[in-house]
Amino acid sequence: MTAWVGARVPRKEDRRMLLGRGRFVADMARANTLHASFVRSPYASATIRSIDVSAARQVEGVLEVLTGKDLGDPFLQAVLERDEFTPTKMPMLATDRVRFASEPVAVVIAEDAYAAEDGAEAVEVEWETGPVVPDIAAALEAATEVHSGTGNCLVDLVMFDDPALPGIFANAPLTIEATFRSARVSALPMEGRATLAEWDDRDGQVVVHTSTQVPHQTRSGIAQALGIPERSVRVIAPDVGGGFGQKCVVSREEVVLAAAAMRLRRPVIWVEDRQENLTASVHGHEQEYEVTAAFDADGRILGLSADIRCDIGAYSVYPFTCAVEPLMAATELPGIYKVPAYRARGRGFATNKAPTAPYRGVSRPQIVLVMERLMEKAAARLGVDAVDIRRRNMILPGEFPYTGVNNITYDEGSYLESLDLTEKKITEAGWYAERDRLREQGLFAGIGFSCFSERTAYGTPTMSQRRMRMTPGYDTAHVRMDPSGEVIVTTGTSGHGQGHETTFAQIVADQLGIHPDQVRLRQGDTDLTSYGWGTFGSRSIVIGGGAARKAAGTVAGRLRKVAAHLLEVGEDDVELTQGEAGVRGVPDVSLPISELARIVHFQTHQLPEECRYGLEARESADPPGTFSNACHAVLVSVDPGTGEIRARKFMVVEDCGVIINPLVVDGQVRGGVAQGIAAALYERITFDQEGQPTSTTLMDYLVPTAGEICPIEIHHLETPSQFSENGSKGMGEGGTIGAPAAVLNAINDALAHRGIEFDHIPVLPEDVLS
Amino acid sequence: MVKYDIPSSSERSEDKDTEWSVVKPAAFTYHRAYDVNDTIAQLAELGPDAKILAGGQSLVAMMNFRLARPSALVDITRIGGLDFLAKDAGGLRIGALTRHRTVETTKVDGFEVLSKAARWIGHYPIRCRGTFGGSIAHGDSTAEWCLLTVLLEAWIVLQGPRGRREVPATEFFHGFFMTAAEPDEMIVEVRFPRPAPHAALTEFSQRQGDFAVVAASARLDLAENEILTSRIVLGGVGPQPAVVDVDLAGQPANEETWRAAGEAAAAQVDPPSDGHGSGAYRKKLTATLVARALAEAAA
Repeated sequence: MTAWVGARVPRKEDRRMLLGRGRFVADMARANTLHASFVRSPYASATIRSIDVSAARQVEGVLEVLTGKDLGDPFLQAVLERDEFTPTKMPMLATDRVRFASEPVAVVIAEDAYAAEDGAEAVEVEWETGPVVPDIAAALEAATEVHSGTGNCLVDLVMFDDPALPGIFANAPLTIEATFRSARVSALPMEGRATLAEWDDRDGQVVVHTSTQVPHQTRSGIAQALGIPERSVRVIAPDVGGGFGQKCVVSREEVVLAAAAMRLRRPVIWVEDRQENLTASVHGHEQEYEVTAAFDADGRILGLSADIRCDIGAYSVYPFTCAVEPLMAATELPGIYKVPAYRARGRGFATNKAPTAPYRGVSRPQIVLVMERLMEKAAARLGVDAVDIRRRNMILPGEFPYTGVNNITYDEGSYLESLDLTEKKITEAGWYAERDRLREQGLFAGIGFSCFSERTAYGTPTMSQRRMRMTPGYDTAHVRMDPSGEVIVTTGTSGHGQGHETTFAQIVADQLGIHPDQVRLRQGDTDLTSYGWGTFGSRSIVIGGGAARKAAGTVAGRLRKVAAHLLEVGEDDVELTQGEAGVRGVPDVSLPISELARIVHFQTHQLPEECRYGLEARESADPPGTFSNACHAVLVSVDPGTGEIRARKFMVVEDCGVIINPLVVDGQVRGGVAQGIAAALYERITFDQEGQPTSTTLMDYLVPTAGEICPIEIHHLETPSQFSENGSKGMGEGGTIGAPAAVLNAINDALAHRGIEFDHIPVLPEDVLS
Repeated sequence: MVKYDIPSSSERSEDKDTEWSVVKPAAFTYHRAYDVNDTIAQLAELGPDAKILAGGQSLVAMMNFRLARPSALVDITRIGGLDFLAKDAGGLRIGALTRHRTVETTKVDGFEVLSKAARWIGHYPIRCRGTFGGSIAHGDSTAEWCLLTVLLEAWIVLQGPRGRREVPATEFFHGFFMTAAEPDEMIVEVRFPRPAPHAALTEFSQRQGDFAVVAASARLDLAENEILTSRIVLGGVGPQPAVVDVDLAGQPANEETWRAAGEAAAAQVDPPSDGHGSGAYRKKLTATLVARALAEAAA
């Protein structure tokens, strides 16, 4: 049954990608395709007095210039059905006011990209600049409002409280107060956003090829913004060059391109450049935490209170809303630790900056950083070993399933085992000796840990607690075997680099007793798949893969029935393996599965009624969610002369339950850790006090390269989940979640002798020398 | 029975005949020059808004941002005979179209600092395309060649409608991409008058291959363990390569001298602040990097 699940199957996707034969949106432009360029606000806050497009229309090659008014002022509004949430409208093209620099106000459609760019330069906008809310401090002050009448606080949730906390803080042997900050960052997919929209007269549809993680949500967004039925929009995600959350929300540009294609009845393409990607698309992770924590003399946490403030930028993204970060943070802060008393307030503040969206990890890089720093601070103050203090606080074997003070039930994990193994591995690998060697060479050096779990695969039982008007969670798969015995699987998830074509095929192949090469995944097309929620939140293998497994299991049952009839044996005795339907205990009797498929389709009249008319099934999965977990350790060095911080060795012990494909899991871990190191040491989106973005190219936004990322050693533990069809747990975000805390702890270990302590990321060379 | 090989899915989709570009500079005309005189004639005809394309590793990026808007480009990369390193009367001549990669891989006695410093330039593809003369003409104050021409007191050889002239590198860089070259002149070669066996360049950036936040270069003449002459040039601390007024003559070549020289250099500069570091941080970097450059130069 598990010939393929767990195997190191090379990714089906790799060949075409490595040969440059992938098909991305930019590859799809044809001779008659028009090119779009957006006119964007040069100011962070301004009133639009007038927009004069007459000169732009005169530019050679320009066919059309459209403003929000021309399009009927379409907008999207993301809604959370809670009193503590204030919905705001996001116009697809701003008509009266702009709220961040790079916000789009018009689109120029031209025969080629050059002319579109020239046309955009020629659009004359009369601006009246206004006061700017550049950060959370200014938002709190509320002297100026980003959205009138909101006080800048768009969401304010006291998720948990405990009247005992003041007493606990007053009387505990140790009470720590600290503030933690993480900078605004970009998900920075290698392929930026890109959309090609065209009107199809035959189908009466606008077909939108777009670089998205969420094709159905994009279809819903376009249909809602333009006031048309969903049937008249078809969204197709071709190959997508990464998303990390940046493409799990609906872009304004996607809606505008659809509208333009419907008006012009010609294909229109827009491929953003890196500057647009850094300034006009969404960001994430700009948060601050004011935390009080109490510990007993042995280092056991007694109480925790957090005031969580998120800078959510100018608009609430559709459909997740701006509450996604504060909600996640306030709900999940305690993490793997047993916190007896808990209070959390999560707020989202509007500022004159690009909106934030769920970026890989979504608040968990920050909450893990908070908890892991608190553990180390308490250990230092109490004279307890920094690793051991975690053992005293974490949920231990035998305590699962554990329901925390935050009302979350943690399914079984290997929190202790992963920490023990990490410590053992780095000791065996000589990290402590190397730390001493580096110190002898005149560098500062330190080792840091982080322990965490990652709730993944949220189905509607969990997502519904957020009370989003559009609540994602379930997904549906369809499995259909053709007359030659090969299989098409459809899923509502939408892989964009995760290797789903391979891993889904492994899951389905095992159910049907065939080879993964005989299974083809269709995804990312709203006309071909059932409504589904796309790929984000480490959901696809558990939910999409779970649904595919169920559907394949149903088809396998039909195959067994057919084989039982033809071989004249009992259904329960039929085994599907290696392309054959065999009979348990009778090695000589079997029929090829392809022969069963042929008979079902071409001679179906020979079969009893219940075996006729094709081999297909549709199933859904909607799990409550499941926790994967990991322990990270990192060895860093700090150059006292330049402040340069380098991660030198990285160790991950991770547990995502049943591994479908170790190659894919390792790839996810490595990429995630790289993004986590990036957040800890390199990346930050910056603005000046006027709200002007100042990190607008990859010269200024320091995404690390292979030159900066150290080797990452990975070990696996496998604690199967009882909440998922295949025992797997999602694991797409863990690397990004754990790495920043580990790196920050290592830096603090390296600098401890200097009396320096940092509670923010990224830590820059300049910080070390100040 | 006929049996076809099914191509793997990647081989089936070969529909890329409609290549198009997303680079988007403002309109310009492109001209190719085949020798130096041809270049000068074309520049004269096209006027002061024309620019020479000599590798394009900086200029084209600026054009795509529309920060540079030349009316015309004169592509000189096909001109023969300007790609060389040649020993000359004790010194060294480097042709304007010599690729950074060529400098990196050519060891010239007494000029080892050039091949070593080349490793700091961008990344491999940039080093393979960018040219020595192009970098000098661009005049970025953190560029390795700009620093080293000033450090080694090289001469920039220009040719234009008024003939050939040589400008000392110390007078060539006027700050923020401004140089002594006239719009109708082209750099044909750079002349280093004498070897510098004790010279080094070091720099700091967070990522490998980035522009230096601060770059420090140093040259020494040594007799046994004593310094006879010294010269220190910095990048990233002002609009052009900055010559530090620190004379180490007569001092011993040791760590204490390097450290003190670093402190003295830092005290002389007033660097700008930007996203890569404050002025105060750049001063600290200056102290460290000068000391390290001197130590490496003496080694």
